[in-house]
Amino acid sequence: MRQDNSVEFLKEKAIDVRTTILTMIHEAKSGHPGGSLSSADILTALYFDELNINPRNPKWDKRDRFVLSKGHACPVQYSCLALKEYFDYDEIFTLRKEGSILQGHPDMKRCPGIDISTGSLGQGLSVAVGMALAAKRDKKDYRVFCVVGDGESNEGQIWEAVETASKYELDNLVIIIDKNRLQNDNTCEFVMPSRDIAKKLDAFGCETQDIDGHKMEEITQAFDKIRASKVKKPHAIVAHTTKGRGVSFMEDVVAWHGMAPNDEQFEIALKEVKGGLVCK
Amino acid sequence: MQIREGKPTREAYGQAVLELAANDSNIYVVDCDIGKSCKTVPFSQQFPNQHVNVGIAEQNALGVGAGLATTGKIPFVTTYAVFGSMRMLEQIRQEACYTKLNVKIACSHGGFTPANDGASHQGIEDMGLFRCVPNMTIVAPADFDSALKLVKASAKYDGPVYLRFTRDAVPSIYNSDDELEIGKANELNKGNDVCIICTGDILSKGVLAAQQLEKEGISVRLLDMHTIKPLDKDAVLKAIDETKGIVTVEDHNIINGLGSAVAEVVAETGGCKFKRIGIQDQFGESAPYEHLLAKNGVSVENIVKECKKML
Repeated sequence: MRQDNSVEFLKEKAIDVRTTILTMIHEAKSGHPGGSLSSADILTALYFDELNINPRNPKWDKRDRFVLSKGHACPVQYSCLALKEYFDYDEIFTLRKEGSILQGHPDMKRCPGIDISTGSLGQGLSVAVGMALAAKRDKKDYRVFCVVGDGESNEGQIWEAVETASKYELDNLVIIIDKNRLQNDNTCEFVMPSRDIAKKLDAFGCETQDIDGHKMEEITQAFDKIRASKVKKPHAIVAHTTKGRGVSFMEDVVAWHGMAPNDEQFEIALKEVKGGLVCK
Repeated sequence: MQIREGKPTREAYGQAVLELAANDSNIYVVDCDIGKSCKTVPFSQQFPNQHVNVGIAEQNALGVGAGLATTGKIPFVTTYAVFGSMRMLEQIRQEACYTKLNVKIACSHGGFTPANDGASHQGIEDMGLFRCVPNMTIVAPADFDSALKLVKASAKYDGPVYLRFTRDAVPSIYNSDDELEIGKANELNKGNDVCIICTGDILSKGVLAAQQLEKEGISVRLLDMHTIKPLDKDAVLKAIDETKGIVTVEDHNIINGLGSAVAEVVAETGGCKFKRIGIQDQFGESAPYEHLLAKNGVSVENIVKECKKML
């Protein structure tokens, strides 16, 4: 653990994050719950423990950077930013509404704490590589964390970016694959099998770990290992996750990629999330 | 307004980034394995800490440039016009224009200039594509000295800029002490009968046409519209008011380039006599540059002919 937070504390926070995700998507009547919930434990560990950031000074030049390459899952990032008080919590009720800082996909010009605007898949990792390269060249010790979807990894640009990270030995870059096994149209296996992503990342020159992306202990241990590592390679974590994690009727259901819960579904979902189905 | 033998504007680009980097450690070049063609090899040798080569991966190059720009660097992402305007167009839209980051897209081989390479390498649509993207600035220098000036100006200009260069040597028109400002047309010849507006190396044809017309007693206003976005509307409005007609000339598709930009101003203000000269919405082929231009009516003779129709 980086900031002496207990795993129990992070598990509690993950419940708040999931609650916030569901609340904002329900209010907006649109958004992407599936991929937000699958990456909720990873982002909780990052924002509440691993990232060296300052919500009072979002543009602090020594901060760790975070890039949500799978930008459609922004409700999870907005939830973390709201709970970290980057902005007033009630802003979550403006998601996807006209004039909101919380656009349908992350907008760095509007929302404090967003290091790069994303939304078009496959592009965020390249930007993360540029940020990490700048740190190396400037001899600064901030790190860059980038969450990529397994569906998103269909994009060739992801692999161009990984090659570049390897070439320049960006050991200050952590690529996290949210391997939730589903994409927009169907399962990844059906649409475009990603095969063994960990092996691919290895072959492209990363130092790769395979973890359960919902076990907080495994997530924090993976980060511990990276911090202790002396290997001059970009780091990759393949986090095996479940799309819609924490809400029984959303889990592993393709349709919940981009659909908001109605009032009844929202009520059940909140009960399930607060009931602690999370992180077990 | 004299024409001299010149050098390719891509060479000016290579020299400009060297001069910029000498005084600014934030100047970066991101190459896509065509640094030799784009004249960035000296930069990579003299400033290895400010140089990145991502290989033949243009989409990634733009993203890496955007990432560098978030930390205060001024990256020049370098490739050919065809790839810079199409292979990485959506990346430019998402990560440079929407974000208004300080990414410069520097492209050699604009228009028909990679003549013998054939249609695959002739970027004739580049400026038109970028005109549609909000926050983009489009600059096509006419010759070596103006390219040197405008590349340096682009480094100080806030936001994304597309810079278009030529592969082959182009005639020199400017001197090293001439001043140019992004977004402001440069008047090379004062005149009130007809106005010729050019962009890029085609300006040399405008100069020759103007000289010929002046000999025949026709007074020509010649404008170098090196920045086609944002367009210097005031210069166009003055030409509408003060001359009998406007002829635009460009080495670019007739759709959505300089001619279209000027036409929009002409049409919305009640207009004047007006003619666009450019590539007739058709691909080129492997052929001498001047032949490709002539086939599309981009010639001194045609400019002269069209100008006379305005009188």
